Amino acid sequence: MPDLGFGLYIHWPFCQAKCPYCDFNSHVWAKIDQDSWTSAYLKELDRVAEETSDRVLRSVFFGGGTPSLMDGRTVDRILDRVQRNWRFENDVEITLEANPTSVEASRFSAYRSAGVNRVSLGLQALDDTDLRRLGRLHTAREGLDALNIARSVFDRVSFDLIYARQDQDIEMWSAELARALDFQPMHLSLYQLTIEPGTAFGDRFARGGLRGLPDEDLGADLWDVTQGMTERAGLPAYEVSNHARPRQESRHNLIYWMGGDYAGIGPGAHGRLTLDGQRWSTEAQKSPQAWLSAVDQASAETRVALSESEMCQERFLMGLRLVEGIEITPRETDIFSNNINYLKEIGLIEKVNDRLRLTPAGRPLLNAVLSRLFADQPPDNSLSKSSS
Amino acid sequence: MTDLTHIRNFSIVAHIDHGKSTLADRLIQATNTVPDRDMKEQLLDAMDIERERGITIKANTVRIEYDALDGQHYVLNLIDTPGHVDFAYEVSRSMRAVEGSLLVVDSTQGVEAQTLANVYQAIDADHELIPVFNKIDLPASDIDRVAEQVEDVIGIDASGAIPVSAKTGEGIRDVLESIIANLPPPEGNRDAPLKAMLVDSWYDAYLGVIVLVRIKDGVLKKGDRVRFMQNGTVHQVDRIGVFKPSMQTVDDLGPGEIGFLTASIKQVRDTRVGDTITHEKKPCDGPLPGFKPSQPVVFCGLFPVDSAEFEDLRDAIDKLALNDASFSYEMETSAALGFGFRCGFLGLLHLEVIRDRIEREYDIELITTAPSVIYHVFMKDGTKIDLHNPADMPDLTHVDHVEEPRIKATILVPDEFLGDVLKLCQDRRGIQEDLTYAGSRAMVVYDLPLNEVVFDFYDRLKSVTKGYASFDYQLTGYRQDNLVKMQILVNEEPVDALSMMVHRDRAEMRGRAMCEKLKDLIPRHMFKIPIQAAIGGKVIARETLAALRKDVTAKCYGGDATRKRKLLDKQKAGKKKMRQFGKVDIPQEAFISALKMDS
Repeated sequence: MPDLGFGLYIHWPFCQAKCPYCDFNSHVWAKIDQDSWTSAYLKELDRVAEETSDRVLRSVFFGGGTPSLMDGRTVDRILDRVQRNWRFENDVEITLEANPTSVEASRFSAYRSAGVNRVSLGLQALDDTDLRRLGRLHTAREGLDALNIARSVFDRVSFDLIYARQDQDIEMWSAELARALDFQPMHLSLYQLTIEPGTAFGDRFARGGLRGLPDEDLGADLWDVTQGMTERAGLPAYEVSNHARPRQESRHNLIYWMGGDYAGIGPGAHGRLTLDGQRWSTEAQKSPQAWLSAVDQASAETRVALSESEMCQERFLMGLRLVEGIEITPRETDIFSNNINYLKEIGLIEKVNDRLRLTPAGRPLLNAVLSRLFADQPPDNSLSKSSS
Repeated sequence: MTDLTHIRNFSIVAHIDHGKSTLADRLIQATNTVPDRDMKEQLLDAMDIERERGITIKANTVRIEYDALDGQHYVLNLIDTPGHVDFAYEVSRSMRAVEGSLLVVDSTQGVEAQTLANVYQAIDADHELIPVFNKIDLPASDIDRVAEQVEDVIGIDASGAIPVSAKTGEGIRDVLESIIANLPPPEGNRDAPLKAMLVDSWYDAYLGVIVLVRIKDGVLKKGDRVRFMQNGTVHQVDRIGVFKPSMQTVDDLGPGEIGFLTASIKQVRDTRVGDTITHEKKPCDGPLPGFKPSQPVVFCGLFPVDSAEFEDLRDAIDKLALNDASFSYEMETSAALGFGFRCGFLGLLHLEVIRDRIEREYDIELITTAPSVIYHVFMKDGTKIDLHNPADMPDLTHVDHVEEPRIKATILVPDEFLGDVLKLCQDRRGIQEDLTYAGSRAMVVYDLPLNEVVFDFYDRLKSVTKGYASFDYQLTGYRQDNLVKMQILVNEEPVDALSMMVHRDRAEMRGRAMCEKLKDLIPRHMFKIPIQAAIGGKVIARETLAALRKDVTAKCYGGDATRKRKLLDKQKAGKKKMRQFGKVDIPQEAFISALKMDS
């Protein structure tokens, strides 16, 4: 088994305002005592290290919430402890998600001094009206300024855009994406707007609001345009929503998709750890207050052992997000043979040597492909008969 | 036993939402029939479905004791009657059990169609009517206008109408006094042989079947051996009583009284609405007129969504049938849907009520197939088949001709909507028989095929007339017509549960409508799906459902793996709610929604 890597995910659960589309574990607090939060993170880092200090760290990722609200000192103290607890791979990747406001950009140098070597900026849109509609606190101008500052401070900068927004047609999105590509980014995350239940957008949508969202066909057209433009610009997709120049992929996120180990630290953070041959799913207390007090009692995390079939499901549902797909064992080939054959026949997946991957036509249909793969296999072979 | 002169029996006639149930609640409260702490809204509507839909399915009764201003003590019996065309026969029996009606009209709205239909039933039953104008607490209330309408449209004297607010309780005492003063006491001879009408019945797990009766002549006592004359059965009465509205036993029931009996009867089937109950030893001269055995007219298949629940469904249907004599069933097998039941109903509301009760009270999810009527199929070899299920239609080459049931439909409608109603009837192959005016209202009589009415005619009628039309029908017999079986093919495979009988001239139109509907109801698949309607082997309509183009989660990182895995499991469970036809999953609601016609 190749070493699929080991990463640390650190969740900072606070935001200045909750974005209406976001269903991540984020909270708006008037005042945050960064010192007591830092102590809690350090305590958790020590706890995790007890079981994993023999692992070599490939990546650290500060996500949220809005980790760019952390003081430089907070990040510094955390990374200092990380360095004391683990050995690093030579080209260790240390990423921090940042909001592109001037206030936050002013902390970039401090983050860099602390050891951060990659930032991911939540630009989301290059249009002020749409930024407001998405509930973002920055303007397009401010966002691009922050991008420039980030590029002057860090070697590796990625940014996010959300597309398939309200009233967005193909022309509008191609123009916006073309502007983004003009910056010649190394890495880009391009997400189609998804209405999640339990968010402000979700509520509005359920009440019949939020008009002008693209239907499935327009969504598919926008997807196609996105694939074509990014490929021509030398930033092809390597995952469903992630694009990079060669070797500029996010090493941290590859750990998730390739099925490696990662420890999750912070409120609501998830982890996957293989200990003595057993793979565990870990999850920390979700509410920040509950997490803080639980850390005090060394009980912030619950663990569930993953069964073989759950591990297999996760390997497929994460791994098939990657353009290169996953390695598939002869046993798996056998178990899923009917469904795999069916999906091959209709041209959505392909098998090259020992790798199973989606075809370009299959990529925007990953959910349907997965649900087919894991559907009960029909007792006879009727589903693999060619369609009349 | 109460003296005849001190009994008044009445029902309440009202359009939906005009305050019938609230008025009943107030009458019960004002007479302290129910202690305040036990009061709840719509007290008489016992079933959840009745409360929710604001309809009454079973006749409910309450006995109210009232000390009138004349110093006398009276017994008032209120029967709350079902109010839907499906239960027209049951309503007519309930109406025959009382001597008068309160005609409740919302004084902010005026007379509406349903008021009319029900009033005519009350007049048919020779009722004395007391107009009651409700909702006078609202600013929009206009008593003079409503009084004028009542006189013009219904043609009864409204000078004695009582203004009330069932909400605030104002005028309730006047209603009670008017019932005493203006409704006739019942007639009857206590020395004559027992003659009682079976008004309604239902099953109770502890007592067996409870029979609601109205005594016409004679006296009923506990221990009596009684004969149900139409049914031909004899039972020993083990309990009699009245509803207040909870059950209270009494020693006897005399002429004019309304109450219940139990007699260890196991099946509601043995207690037929409208039957006459008399003493076994000393019977009355003959049964009461007007008895009709109940006949299911609409049939459909009920199948469990999860085929493992077939036995649970059988159990649920057996139990419901104990409480509903008008509901028939037999086992059915469908190539597409597996094991289920072919069930017969009085009409579509009845169908929906039974289906809702199975889903709700027994927690079984159902697939309901296209409702159908009974066709008479005459074969070339001279035999005749009663066809309950279009899927069983024999090959056309062996069929000589097909007859279908027809109805005489009577529709009352404000003249502004008349054009729409005529068009609707015409579209449904109706033949106009009569058209008359009463004030600004038209009464149209149409000869219609029942199969054009069973599915959504009533819904459409309500929709095109904004609820102002009333509708009643009776079966008139069978007539030959050019009827064919239309099949629906999804991805080239026939779906038997969607087969239907249609008139040849309407087949293209229905076929197109079905295909368009199904195109919206079936989710996109990973391949494109042709949806076709066909008669015999000939395709008469076709739609194509495009292939799925985008179904992918945009964000999926370390924190999402668990959630996505659970979602996959949930999707797998959700798939069980779909039915597979070849490679295509069809959601359960498609089977019934596909048949609804929008125009």
